[in-house]
Amino acid sequence: MNATASEMLLVNEPPPPPPPAEPVAADPVPAGIETVGRITVDQPRMTSRNVSVMYGDKMGIEDVNLDIGKNEVLAMIGPSGCGKSTFLRCLNRMNDTVDVCRVTGTIRLDGEDVHDPRLDVVQLRARVGMVFQKPNPFPKSIYDNVAYGPRIHGLAEGRRETDAIVQRSLEKAGLWNEVRDRLEQPGTGLSGGQQQRLCIARAIAVSPEVILMDEPCSALDPIATARIEELIDELRENYTIVIVTHSMQQAARVSQRTAYFHLGRLIEVGETSQIFTNPRHDLTEDYITGRFG
Amino acid sequence: MDTSIHTSEAMVRRRAKRRAAERRFRAYGATAVALAIAALGALFASIIGNGYTAFQQTYIELEITYDPETLGLGEARDAAALSAANYPGVVKKAMRETFPEVTGRRAKRRLYGIVSSGASFILRERVLADPGLVGETRRVWVPADDDVDMLVKGHIDRDAPEAERRVKDDQIAWITRLERAGRIEKRFNTTFFTAGDSREPELAGVRGAAAGSFFTLLVTLALSFPIGVAAAVYLEEFAPTNRLTDLIEVNINNLAAVPSIIFGLLGLAVFINFFGLPRSAPLVGGLVLTLMTLPTIIIASRAALKSVPPSIREAALGMGASKMQTITHHVLPLAMPGMLTGTIIGMAQALGETAPLLMIGMVAFIVDVPGGLLDPSTALPVQIFLWADSPERAFIERTSAAIMVLLAFLITMNALAVVLRRRFERRW
Repeated sequence: MNATASEMLLVNEPPPPPPPAEPVAADPVPAGIETVGRITVDQPRMTSRNVSVMYGDKMGIEDVNLDIGKNEVLAMIGPSGCGKSTFLRCLNRMNDTVDVCRVTGTIRLDGEDVHDPRLDVVQLRARVGMVFQKPNPFPKSIYDNVAYGPRIHGLAEGRRETDAIVQRSLEKAGLWNEVRDRLEQPGTGLSGGQQQRLCIARAIAVSPEVILMDEPCSALDPIATARIEELIDELRENYTIVIVTHSMQQAARVSQRTAYFHLGRLIEVGETSQIFTNPRHDLTEDYITGRFG
Repeated sequence: MDTSIHTSEAMVRRRAKRRAAERRFRAYGATAVALAIAALGALFASIIGNGYTAFQQTYIELEITYDPETLGLGEARDAAALSAANYPGVVKKAMRETFPEVTGRRAKRRLYGIVSSGASFILRERVLADPGLVGETRRVWVPADDDVDMLVKGHIDRDAPEAERRVKDDQIAWITRLERAGRIEKRFNTTFFTAGDSREPELAGVRGAAAGSFFTLLVTLALSFPIGVAAAVYLEEFAPTNRLTDLIEVNINNLAAVPSIIFGLLGLAVFINFFGLPRSAPLVGGLVLTLMTLPTIIIASRAALKSVPPSIREAALGMGASKMQTITHHVLPLAMPGMLTGTIIGMAQALGETAPLLMIGMVAFIVDVPGGLLDPSTALPVQIFLWADSPERAFIERTSAAIMVLLAFLITMNALAVVLRRRFERRW
């Protein structure tokens, strides 16, 4: 990979510009601030401690400590460039693909360090699936899109098992009834909402433990959005879901816990109902009441 | 009346000016396209106009007596004797019998000159194929000499003063008599497609050059496509960004602009002088053209790889595909149309390249059609160059005809590129 500038475009949340022009006093977050709220959970699936990300010499996120519980939906909110997508991409090491990106700190999945050199990143990404902001089905048939993961990970023996996985995944993603008669048609021919559900089915097909969703509804209309939100709620039974969203209503609707990021720092985390009704940090309150962001 | 600033007179004038500028802009573009089409049309008209007659060749019907005595055979009928027999004598005898009134050495020489020197080869082939012909008499169509061919095709003016034309008055008289007797005919020139080069235009063909070009391009394709794609994939997907890769990138871009004759010199110095590969061989030609084509293929392939949307890579990586799986399953199939187009453009360039081949001896006069990578051979553009340099009038039309063959090759290759593009192109 060469062009670093174009690589940076891969990151959905570009790192915040360094604020040298801003007077220090105006920076509302004092250095070394503690996150407000309880960062731990009783049954953690993933834990992160002192996670910082540097893009070259620019700070992406700084000192994030956050647990993600089993079978919970964690929403991450915050203004653009606050580092929520950067943090999300740390969880399955997608930031590895960005040359200039350096991640420090510890992230554990079921107690295993994801940066352990003995851990295969391929396995990590099979266990921590991802759904992107823009629906990005492969330019292949609907069937091949869903069957791709099981094939490369060797999860299915023969056509029959693959068929079963494809059907199960599409059913879980709520797409089966719409596409059962046209599995051989290209996935790119579906509508935006269907494409996104196809991407979710594709992620489910490899039986991950955690699904990361990076603004999965930002390119969809309200009806498709509602469908996906319903789906997220259903998926919670079997999976841990981390969702980045710009829509506070969405965060309030689908999540159990909410984390608020600001300028690369995790400001506050707590039960979703508490965050939206009784935020404890001024920045959180300003953001959810729409005073900025 | 409401006076908005958008309806003021100055604004109306500005808009009219803007529309005029737009019309001019379109006109420039249309003119450019028209000029290009006119130039192309002129090129094709000139080449086809000059060259189409080369696809026909004048033949003369002779009554040949395979007389054992004239053939100098005696009683011998074995293959060695048959192949060494005096066939030119038989042709000359037939000519003398057709025009018994011709006397004098010079007049007879002119008479024999009407028929191509290749006529005796045709007779020999027939006799070797069927030795029973000896002693028989047959009517045989043999190619006319190139000057006669030119006269019959009208390229030599019969009314010009005798000193200014290569066909003399008595020759014209004999030809006219043969024409009246229906013993001169223009036929499709199969020799042009089946023979190698020759000093005699009527015996010369493009087969040798086409085979040479084919073998050369085969080597070029077999080497430059895999090497070029592999280099592009490495540089685009794996190589770290540092000074070394920057240097490599700059050098690849520079190499694409190096005059091709330099590559020929390199090939001469390295492949022939250092590695001792044979001169005039398609293998060496292919190696040299590979060096020349590689930058083009690498640049096109890198552009194709760059144009694959990052979302597809992310999707694959996010599924837990390894880097190699991401590239081979998703990136390469999507980049393939662009890579193939680049490769075929590079191949077309290589096909038309003359200069580097001159340096490695593919410019030699080679009669035999090459049968392999190490046989001495020439290439189509070099053949065109050689014929364009020849003094005979008949080589002018053959030059144009060879250009038409080369263009046909190129158009076929480009059509192939379009077909491959259509087939492999996928939308997302």
